[in-house]
Amino acid sequence: MRMIRLIGWRLLQVVPVVLMATVAIFALVQMVPGDPAAVIAGEYATADNIAAIRQELGLDRPVWLQYATWLGGAFQGDLSDSLITGLPVLDEVLRRLPNTLLLAVLALLISIVVGVPLGILAATKSETALDRAATSIASLGVAVPNFWLGMIFVATLSLGLGWFPTTGAVPITQDFWGALHHAALPALTLATAGIAEITRQLRSAMIEVLSSQYARTLRAKGLSRASILWKHGLRNVSLTLLTVIGLVFNHTLGATVATEAVFAIPGAGSMIVSSAVSKDFPMVQGIVFVLVLIVITMNLIIDLLYVMLDPRAAKK
Amino acid sequence: MLSQASKPGPEAARLGAVRDRAVAGPAEPLLDIRGLGISFGRAASRTAVTRDISFAVEKGQCVGLVGESGCGKTVTGLALMGLLPLSGSHFDGEVLFRGENLLRLSERQWRSKRGRHIGMIFQEPMSALDPVFTIGEQISETLRAHFRINRKEARERAIDALAKVGIPDPSVRYEAYPHELSGGMRQRAMIAMAISCEPALLIADEPTTALDVTVQAQIMDVLADLNQRMGMAILFISHDLGLVSQACDRLVTMYAGEVVESGAIDDVLVEPRHPYTSGLLRSLPTFSPRKSRLPSIPGRVPKAGEFPHGCRFESRCAHARPRCRVPQPIHTLPTGAHVRCCRHEELDLPGVTQ
Repeated sequence: MRMIRLIGWRLLQVVPVVLMATVAIFALVQMVPGDPAAVIAGEYATADNIAAIRQELGLDRPVWLQYATWLGGAFQGDLSDSLITGLPVLDEVLRRLPNTLLLAVLALLISIVVGVPLGILAATKSETALDRAATSIASLGVAVPNFWLGMIFVATLSLGLGWFPTTGAVPITQDFWGALHHAALPALTLATAGIAEITRQLRSAMIEVLSSQYARTLRAKGLSRASILWKHGLRNVSLTLLTVIGLVFNHTLGATVATEAVFAIPGAGSMIVSSAVSKDFPMVQGIVFVLVLIVITMNLIIDLLYVMLDPRAAKK
Repeated sequence: MLSQASKPGPEAARLGAVRDRAVAGPAEPLLDIRGLGISFGRAASRTAVTRDISFAVEKGQCVGLVGESGCGKTVTGLALMGLLPLSGSHFDGEVLFRGENLLRLSERQWRSKRGRHIGMIFQEPMSALDPVFTIGEQISETLRAHFRINRKEARERAIDALAKVGIPDPSVRYEAYPHELSGGMRQRAMIAMAISCEPALLIADEPTTALDVTVQAQIMDVLADLNQRMGMAILFISHDLGLVSQACDRLVTMYAGEVVESGAIDDVLVEPRHPYTSGLLRSLPTFSPRKSRLPSIPGRVPKAGEFPHGCRFESRCAHARPRCRVPQPIHTLPTGAHVRCCRHEELDLPGVTQ
């Protein structure tokens, strides 16, 4: 019952956040230099031509009215139409989003599966060669730009060894394994930063737990190292892990923009880039709006899991 | 077990007097620390934190270990539990628990001693309890680590332990998280955890320092009850001589990593033989004459690594003489008490005035 009330309360809190996000998105797009009407009209268009296009697209109306129209549509599931193709933005977003989500989720899974054991290992062997190796790899993972790493991966693992396809994507609904095969390399590229982040955060969180006063109490009770680490240690760092997972997912989602470009994946990230270049503003607004919704939803889930895991958070 | 005498009878006192001759057999004390020295760091740059710590805790006895902060009380307590990091710590001497040298135990052997035969409670019950598990679970897991019992039996015994330390509605409180309890209740839960396996010795490291005065008295009652009714020996580590004098049978004073005095509590209170113990006693408001300025000991405890060559208390001592500047051996008095002061025979030091 308390959980339901909590979920309701958190959902209410989401409303102003979403509204502010839409304002920000709209304002950002307005600030981009260049006139979409001029782009559509082409190089040899007259001023009249451009004015006609502006009127047709509603770009001559006051900004606040444009925003209100767009917001009204968005709440009814209509993200308006593309300036270039005239097709509904939502359809295009839904067509491309699964590719991006597959990448992001896969990258997150890789980050967790590699980062968690690495972080725990580094913490238990803290101040040894093993720990230093793990921390160095983690620092490297943060420092290396993932588009560069992506190109290296393509050059070695795809072109060199032929293990993975170089570019493109297969819709997961058509061919599950094919989709995974295509997504593996870009996901790995995306995961390096996540692995590094999770390893570093988990290592320091675990070291803090293991050197805490309650860990000393656990030893004083005669518990084994294993039970201190895997029962008490893991449960206590799970709170940190949850926070980091949320951050890593959001960051990964953002990083898909560059990675999709490198691997030529028709996802949401590459769509933002191409739409921004062609000044297809409704498209940019639509895709960013949907990504914002995903991030907010993810944060909401993390918040709720947090309450379930931490008895102290449930009270507030 | 219930009717065990808390104070040692005349016989025990006599046995205590000859204890240093290392009598084997039935007179063997529960815990016998002989010349314990603790140092940290690698061989080349090792810093001695304590040296030549010797005292004993008899079965069912309550021994107070007192001294200012930084005298090595807590380090000594942790060493008795094997809780100091194995790498980087170096030990001299022996710690005999029921005749077995604890300093020689492997980590695995330690595990069967800790919690089972020697329990320990700490100063800050909030940070000493795992915040994300219920106190019941934390007590049960202790029991399950040492006995072959199922969860249901462990739960029943954990609830028993909670009841034993005076927690109302123990079966309800079993499900409580540490943050849901008051400071006093948390410390009770901590004690319940430490005594759940009925250890023969309980080490209490400043168990009431972080608590309100009223709660302090309640916790002291719980400890006195365990000592007197269950015959549990207690090593009570505290800077508060007032509490120690109420609860303990014997007093051990530590200064700068050394034992400077030990003896039966009544003797030491009335007639301290070491100027440091005397200074501590006189600085207690409860024991000093009213309406007078509270005396204090000038200066502070030297840091480990900066201990003077001679008497470590010399620079703060009002009775210091040039001969205090040579290393001080510990003297055994006819009563069986010990004092580390070369002037102990000539000094007449003030103790408790009432």
